[in-house]
Amino acid sequence: MVAQNIAFGVLAAATSLAAIRVVTTRNVVHAALYLVVVLASVGALYILLTAEFVAAVQILVYVGAIVVLLLFGVMLTKATLGEDDQLDNDQRWLGAVIALFLLGTLSFVLVDAFGDDKLPSLEGVSRATLEAQRGSGAVGDAIFSTFLVPFEVVSVLLLAALVGAIVLARRD
Amino acid sequence: MSELLRAYLTVVVFLAAAGMLVGVSLGMGRLLRPKRPSAQKAMTYESGVDPVGSIFGQSQVRYYIFALLFVMFDVEAVFIFPWALGLEVYGVFGLVEMTIFIVILALGLLYAWRKGVLRWV
Repeated sequence: MVAQNIAFGVLAAATSLAAIRVVTTRNVVHAALYLVVVLASVGALYILLTAEFVAAVQILVYVGAIVVLLLFGVMLTKATLGEDDQLDNDQRWLGAVIALFLLGTLSFVLVDAFGDDKLPSLEGVSRATLEAQRGSGAVGDAIFSTFLVPFEVVSVLLLAALVGAIVLARRD
Repeated sequence: MSELLRAYLTVVVFLAAAGMLVGVSLGMGRLLRPKRPSAQKAMTYESGVDPVGSIFGQSQVRYYIFALLFVMFDVEAVFIFPWALGLEVYGVFGLVEMTIFIVILALGLLYAWRKGVLRWV
């Protein structure tokens, strides 16, 4: 358990520091690169929770695709890619208040929902058992039984996103 | 430490080795090389020609469509992996469901194709 706690501490510190740099850096492209560190660290945290599939999805979709989309978004805008003092604005305090409110809400919800619950100790649990319980196969079982309709709806959502983007991006 | 996390120690060791490889090779270079910086040396290398203009060029909106297509089919792949793991268990039912999923997404690709955004002019 000690090793897990140390790993969690290191990853949490890396995530927080990189997250702070995302909003304080003066270069938009650097912000996107710090975001890669944040998202990858969160992926490592998922592995600490033995959620391997979610971790793989985090790396594949967020680090792989979302950051690329974000960088293209940055490159489309007219913002300068170099140092830019205009990145900051007067609404930072309003933003800070809303961020604190969000933190409070999320903390309350987590404490309210889980309270004193403890994660089951995985000491001595074999890898095969873990795979069967929470591996990618278990995710597949859930998708093709309980979450079948949401799974099909996801495709419609993605279709809507793509059609919307094409309509917005086309010049005519 | 559980068996699963012990397996991931390999990843940690790999990352540490990668970091050391870069650190040691760059660090050795820093220690050994003479250091006489000049404006010419600090200039961006552009195949021997002096760089002109700013680093920023606004890119075309069509790149965004390709990035978005990539995200879409990335998410599709994410759902195909767990399906492939239980292919025999889900059988025909799984196949039909996955076909519906893929066909709906393929409609998006068809739309993009018909609208001509895939054409590279």
